[in-house]
Amino acid sequence: MGTATTPVDNGVNVQALLDARGALAEAPQAAQFKWRATCTWVKGTHSRSAVEGFFGLGEEQKHKTMFTFDADHPEVFASEDHGATPVELVLAGLASCLTAGVASVAQLREIQLHSVKATLEGNMDIQGILGMDTDVRPGFDGIKVKFDIDADATPDEIRALVAQSQKRSAVFDVITNPTNVSVEVN
Amino acid sequence: MSRCLTQRSIDHVVLERGEVANSWKTERWDSLRLLTPNWQSRLPGFGYEGDEPDGYRDMPQTISFLERYARAISAPVHTHTTVTNVRAVDGGYVVATDRGSFTTRALVIASGACNLPSVPAVAELVPATVARLTSMEYRNASRLDEGGVLVVGASATGTQIADEVHRSGRPVTLAVGEHVRVPRTYRGLDIKWWMDKVGILDERYDEFDSLERVRNLPSLQLTGSDDRHTLDLNALTDQGVRLVGRFVGMRGGKAQFSGSLRNVCELADLKMNRLLDRIDEWAIQGGHDEGLERPHRFEPTRVEASPPLELDLGTNDIRTVIWATGYRPDHSWLDVPVFDRKGRVRHDGGVAEAPGMYLMGIPFLRRRKSSLIDGAADDARDLSAHLARFLGADKGRARRPKPPGASDERAE
Repeated sequence: MGTATTPVDNGVNVQALLDARGALAEAPQAAQFKWRATCTWVKGTHSRSAVEGFFGLGEEQKHKTMFTFDADHPEVFASEDHGATPVELVLAGLASCLTAGVASVAQLREIQLHSVKATLEGNMDIQGILGMDTDVRPGFDGIKVKFDIDADATPDEIRALVAQSQKRSAVFDVITNPTNVSVEVN
Repeated sequence: MSRCLTQRSIDHVVLERGEVANSWKTERWDSLRLLTPNWQSRLPGFGYEGDEPDGYRDMPQTISFLERYARAISAPVHTHTTVTNVRAVDGGYVVATDRGSFTTRALVIASGACNLPSVPAVAELVPATVARLTSMEYRNASRLDEGGVLVVGASATGTQIADEVHRSGRPVTLAVGEHVRVPRTYRGLDIKWWMDKVGILDERYDEFDSLERVRNLPSLQLTGSDDRHTLDLNALTDQGVRLVGRFVGMRGGKAQFSGSLRNVCELADLKMNRLLDRIDEWAIQGGHDEGLERPHRFEPTRVEASPPLELDLGTNDIRTVIWATGYRPDHSWLDVPVFDRKGRVRHDGGVAEAPGMYLMGIPFLRRRKSSLIDGAADDARDLSAHLARFLGADKGRARRPKPPGASDERAE
């Protein structure tokens, strides 16, 4: 709950987002985005992904700089542990998406945040990825997310922030709903 | 609207494809009762006079109510007259029907918001090994095959059908997306009474920044019954109905459900509590607190730890899929370029973006109650005033829509 004397500032430019929504309602084709990543094998289970360009607002766009992500597996998998496991990157993606949503919704609802921490845990039976039991899926059995949020709001208002953030989250949607994936070999 | 036009001495006709109350007669399931209490169907100069103001009309009572109103206001209804096409001409519209055409300067589209079932794209992927029907085709449970039933959608329609079908001995799985949870009664009074008194039903369309959102809200999860019980997801769970997430896909003959069930229930619980907070606040401020039950909150929706994400269709678990995923209007006969990119008539509070064209009975047309029978009076009053101004601005032309037999001759 904001007060008149201290304007709420979570560092989110909500006005720009609302303006964008207005503009995109007039020109929905500009809302069509394409997100891209490339990934190069390094050695063993170690690979390096990079993101830089994407498409949106009707034209090619670029991040300010290229970002890279090393992925590998830990030594218990007989790997060299040069980076996060891919499933950990999925957890990180979900956490970041929900957290960004919490900040945005809080700004829109004029709730000052002081701290937000998400703790995630995905359960997995690795018999699935090892092909030992075809009844076991390779992916997570389930993901648990716990938020610790300090904000100028009631507990229900904070729960509503987190619920609304899930409703609007791209990664939450990608994980909870089926997505067609087509993989081709050049 | 007809009554308001008559009061303003505006000549008009009411075209009805069937009989008065047609959709109530032909497009509803047998056990349906209105979600609003009897006292709340307040048509201009015509309300409830029986001795059960807090009851809920069944279909025969609803039909009779509307028939009596049509007679009471001497509405100039042309029954069994189906509009097949409306096109704009200079100074008005030509309305083609299966019984000849009319020319008119003004047109009120009151053909309803629920003409066609709104079914998600995934429906096309459901195999023919299961029986499939929409809530519009559903009449009663005894017409269904034996075996399990998947009801898709948890608004008023889906929860009522799930309840009835499960009671018939056909185990129901209910696919739950976003929904609006409310108790039937709160602190001893009907939720619709509270919403009416607090002013929630009178909230206007131009008070909302996100009109798109509120116009697309699902119906309140309510049922009308003699004992005024609440039919929420917990009540269905107690009966043995199994809850799963939104029906989002088919893979390998299995239906896939969203993993978001917990969140859609959390959203609905939080939203209900905000409504109850508002009601309690109003009761205290207005001094209505005395003599009422104490404020309280309902048990949060119970969701099992890991609801199933997939179910086989066509086995005994699921023999029938019922789509209770909402409705949409049928404006296929409207040959006027007034649609937005999603095929909806563009309008500002019922004033369509075409001269002399109006809408009635669409969710949140002008007010939250616009889709209720109780909402018609205020909307008709506002829109008939606009319509009268529209006609008055151009007085040289005759006002009476030309009846069949005078087709294609413009009134001068």
